[in-house]
Amino acid sequence: MIRQPDPKPDVLARRDAIVAGLRALLPAEDAVIAEPIRLKPYETDGLSAYRQVPLAVVLPDTTEQVAAILAFCYRNGVRVIPRGAGTSLSGGALPLEDAVVVGMMRMNQILDVDYADRCAVVQAGVTNIGITNAVAADGFFYAPDPSSQLACMIGGNVGMNSGGAHCLKYGVTANNLLGLKIVTIQGEIIDIGGAHLDAAGYDWLGLLTGAEGQLAIVTEVTVRLLRAPEGARAMLAAFKSNEIAGGCVDAIISSGIIPVALEFMDRPAIHACEAFAHAGYPLDAEAMLIIEVEGSPAEQDDLLAKISDICNRFDPISLKVSQSEEESLAIWKGRKGAFGAIGRISPDYLCMDGTIPTSQLPLVLRRIQEMSDSYGLKVANIFHAGDGNLHPLIMFDANDPASFHAAERFGADILTLCVEVGGCLTGEHGVGVEKRDLMTVQFTQQELDQQRRIKSAFDPDWLLNPSKVFPLQAETGTQAGLKHAA
Amino acid sequence: MNHPPASAAEEEIAGTIRAAAAAKEPLLVQGNATKSGMLRPVQAARTVSTAGLSGITLYAPKELILTARAGTPLAEIEAAVAEAGQHLIAEPPDLSDLLGTAGKPQTLGGVVATNLSGPRRVAWGAMRDHVLGVRAVTGRAEIIRSGGRVLKNVTGLDLCKLLTGSHGTLGVITEITLKVLPAPPGTGTLALPGLDAEAGVRVLAAALGSPFSVSAAAWVPPEGTARVPGLDGLAGGTALIRIEDFPSSVDYRLGRLRDGFGLAGVRLLDSVESRAAWRAVRDAAPLAPRPEDAVWRVSVRPSAGPGVLAAVAPHGVSGFLDWGGGLVWLAGPADAATHQVVEAAAGASRGTWTLLRAPDTLRGAVRVVPDEAPALARITREVKAALDPAGILNPGRIFAGL
Repeated sequence: MIRQPDPKPDVLARRDAIVAGLRALLPAEDAVIAEPIRLKPYETDGLSAYRQVPLAVVLPDTTEQVAAILAFCYRNGVRVIPRGAGTSLSGGALPLEDAVVVGMMRMNQILDVDYADRCAVVQAGVTNIGITNAVAADGFFYAPDPSSQLACMIGGNVGMNSGGAHCLKYGVTANNLLGLKIVTIQGEIIDIGGAHLDAAGYDWLGLLTGAEGQLAIVTEVTVRLLRAPEGARAMLAAFKSNEIAGGCVDAIISSGIIPVALEFMDRPAIHACEAFAHAGYPLDAEAMLIIEVEGSPAEQDDLLAKISDICNRFDPISLKVSQSEEESLAIWKGRKGAFGAIGRISPDYLCMDGTIPTSQLPLVLRRIQEMSDSYGLKVANIFHAGDGNLHPLIMFDANDPASFHAAERFGADILTLCVEVGGCLTGEHGVGVEKRDLMTVQFTQQELDQQRRIKSAFDPDWLLNPSKVFPLQAETGTQAGLKHAA
Repeated sequence: MNHPPASAAEEEIAGTIRAAAAAKEPLLVQGNATKSGMLRPVQAARTVSTAGLSGITLYAPKELILTARAGTPLAEIEAAVAEAGQHLIAEPPDLSDLLGTAGKPQTLGGVVATNLSGPRRVAWGAMRDHVLGVRAVTGRAEIIRSGGRVLKNVTGLDLCKLLTGSHGTLGVITEITLKVLPAPPGTGTLALPGLDAEAGVRVLAAALGSPFSVSAAAWVPPEGTARVPGLDGLAGGTALIRIEDFPSSVDYRLGRLRDGFGLAGVRLLDSVESRAAWRAVRDAAPLAPRPEDAVWRVSVRPSAGPGVLAAVAPHGVSGFLDWGGGLVWLAGPADAATHQVVEAAAGASRGTWTLLRAPDTLRGAVRVVPDEAPALARITREVKAALDPAGILNPGRIFAGL
C-alpha cells in the first residue's frame, strides 16, 4: 500500500470553521459538502483500491469562486485536491483527510466556438466527448480521445495530458491546446496563451499540461478544433506471435503510412474482448492489430490495400478489411469495450500505463508473461502500437489483500521494466499516487529536486494536490517544499 | 536511480556554469550564434557554447525518433532523416539571411531553444510539440533529463517544453530527442491570386477547415510574390495552400479544394515548385527588409492577421501571413515609435509578438516580447530562480532584468 502523509492536526481541529468559511464564499445551496454520507462519492477515483473521505468538497460555478476558495485555503494552510469526473486511473484525484476537494463539474459550459479560427473555449468541467458533440454536426472534432471520454473532463485531460487511441496522428492533449485560464494557490487568475498558436516567453501552456494539478487549477481551456476527415475505416489483422505482429507494425510505419490508429491486443485481451463484445475476433491468434485510416473512400481503399499487402508479408492468420462504417464499428467494438471485458473475467484489475520503444515489444511481452506466471496473476495486454504505449491489465481479487499487494508489485515490476528498456513509467495516465514511489526508478534525486523546485515556485507551501507525483521524503513522510534558495 | 554518465563536454559546461555561478558572472549561452540577433542583447564577458557537442547519437526511423547533441548542425539532421524518407515535423526555418548569419550553420539546440517552426506548424505542431526528451545543464550546474526517447510520456513535470523556447535562460540544452515522421512522398500547392489579405485569409480558413488535411496556408502580398519561386506573373495578393501526402491523394485533394473555391486564375504548383515556394515562405523570403529595418513575428488568431497588417501599414511596416493568417511577419523602421505601433496592433488582437531583429540600441531599450501579468511575471521570476538561482544564464535575453 502507498503511504499517505499525516493529516495536519490544526486543520482537522478547525474543520467547522473551515467549512463555515467555505460556505461564506459559496453561498449557493449544495455548493459546499461536509456531511460524511455526502462526501462518500468523492472518496476515490478510477484507482478505487485507494479511498479517503476528504474534509470537504466545494463545487464552484465560476473562476472567481475558484480563486476565492484557493486564496482562503492558502491563508488557512488547507490542502486542495482538484477533481474533474474522478476517472483518473492513477489516483490523481484521491483525497486526503485534511483536504478540500475542488470539484469542477458545475463549470460545464462551452463558452465559445470559432470555426474561422478553429478553436473553442470551454470550462474545465466540460466532458471530452462534450466538445466533439458540440461541433460534430458542423464537421469538426476535438482530437484526443481517452477511453474514458464519455465521462472525463477537459480540465482533467489537461492535468494528465491525456492521450487516446488516435494520438499517433493527432497528438496528445498538449498538442491540441491553445490557451488556459488558471488559478494559482494564492488565488490569482492568470490567462495563458489564447487563440493564437505560438506564445512568447516561457511555455507555461506546456509546463501546466500534464502537471497533475501540482501547479495551479485550470478553469477554462482553449482547444484546437480540427475538421473531420471525409471518412475513416478500420481493418483487423491477426498473427501467430507477438513478434510477428510487432514486425508488421514496424513495416507499416516504415512504409510511410501513418495510420490514424494502430492498436495491438495480445491473446488474453483478444479472448476477453471477444467473449464480451462478440466482435468476431480470431480466437486462434496470438496477437491482433486494429488499423484505422482516413480519407475519401478511394483513399481509404488505397491505404487499406497497401497495409493489407504489408500484413500479407507477415503470414497473417486472418485479415479483415472493413467495407463500411458498420463493419469498422464492429472491429472497434471489442477494443473499446476492453475494460468492461476484463472486468467480466475479473472484477478487480489494475490498468497499467508504461511506454516502451516499440522495438522492445516482443521482449517486454515475454517478460510480462513470465512475471504473470511467477505472481500467479493473469494479465491481458492492450497496446497503442504506433507510439509504444502499453496497457497491461493485471487481474486480482480485491477481497484478498495478498492478491492486491501482489498485483501492485507485479505492476511496479512491469513499469520498472519499461524504464529499463528505454521507456517511461506513464504514457498517458499520469503518475498520481499510483506511481509516485516509482519516480526514483526513472529520475535521479537531482532531477526530482529540480521538478520539486518548480512546483515550489507555483505552490510554495505544497498545498496543491499533495502526496501525488513526488515521492514522500523518507525522513519526514511529507513532500516538504524545496525552496530554490539552496 | 543512479545518475546517467555525463559526457566530457557536459562536464565542461557544468564546470563553466559552476564557476560563473560562484562568481555571479553572466554567461552568454549559444550554439553557433546564428540567433544572437534575436530578442535582447546579452551582456556577458564569457560564453558557454554547445558548438562542440555535435552528432546524432540515436536514430530509430521505425520508432519515429532521433536523438542528437545540441550542437549538431540542423542540416546534418535534415539530411539524415531525408535519407530514411522522413522529415522534421515542424519544418524549422533558416533565418540566416534575415539575421545576417548566412554561411554559419544553425544547430539543433538553437532551433529548439528558440522554438522556431515553419509553415507546417499550422497543421502539425511547433518544435515544442516534437521535443520528446532533453538533457540540459541547469544554472545550478546540474545535469538533468526530462522526457525520454518514447513518443508518449507524461512522467513528471514537462521540462522539455519549459526549456524549449527558453532561449538558454533556464539551462544549457546538451542533447535533444525529437519525434520525426515519414516525409509524404508527394506535395503540391494551389496558388490563388488576386486576393487581398482579408479575402486571402478567408480562403485559407476554408482550406484549413476542409477535410483535406492542408499542411500549410499562407498569404503573400503583391510585392512579395516576386520573391516566392513559382508565383511569377500572378497579379495581386496570393493565397498558397499546400497538401502533402501520397501523390494520388495530393492530386485528389488539391482538385477538390480548387473546385470548391471556384476562383479564376488558380495556379497549381507541382512538387518541385511547391517545395521551393514553401522554403521561401518558411525562411520569410517575402519580407525582404531593408538592412536597417526591424523584423517582428506577431502571433494572433488567424482571422486577426489581416487587421494587424492594416493597422501597421500606415507606419511603413509591411509583411505577409503564414499559419492561415495567425503568423504575421513584419518588417519596418527600427525605432521605438514604430515598435509601439506593432505592439499595439498585436495587443488589440489579444495576440503576442516577438521582436525578432533590431539594432542593439532598439532591442536593448524596448520590450522584445509582451510583459506578463504581475502574477505570471512573479512565477517567471520564481521559475527562473529555481533553475538558475544566480541569474547567470543569458540574463536579460527575454525580459530586462531577468
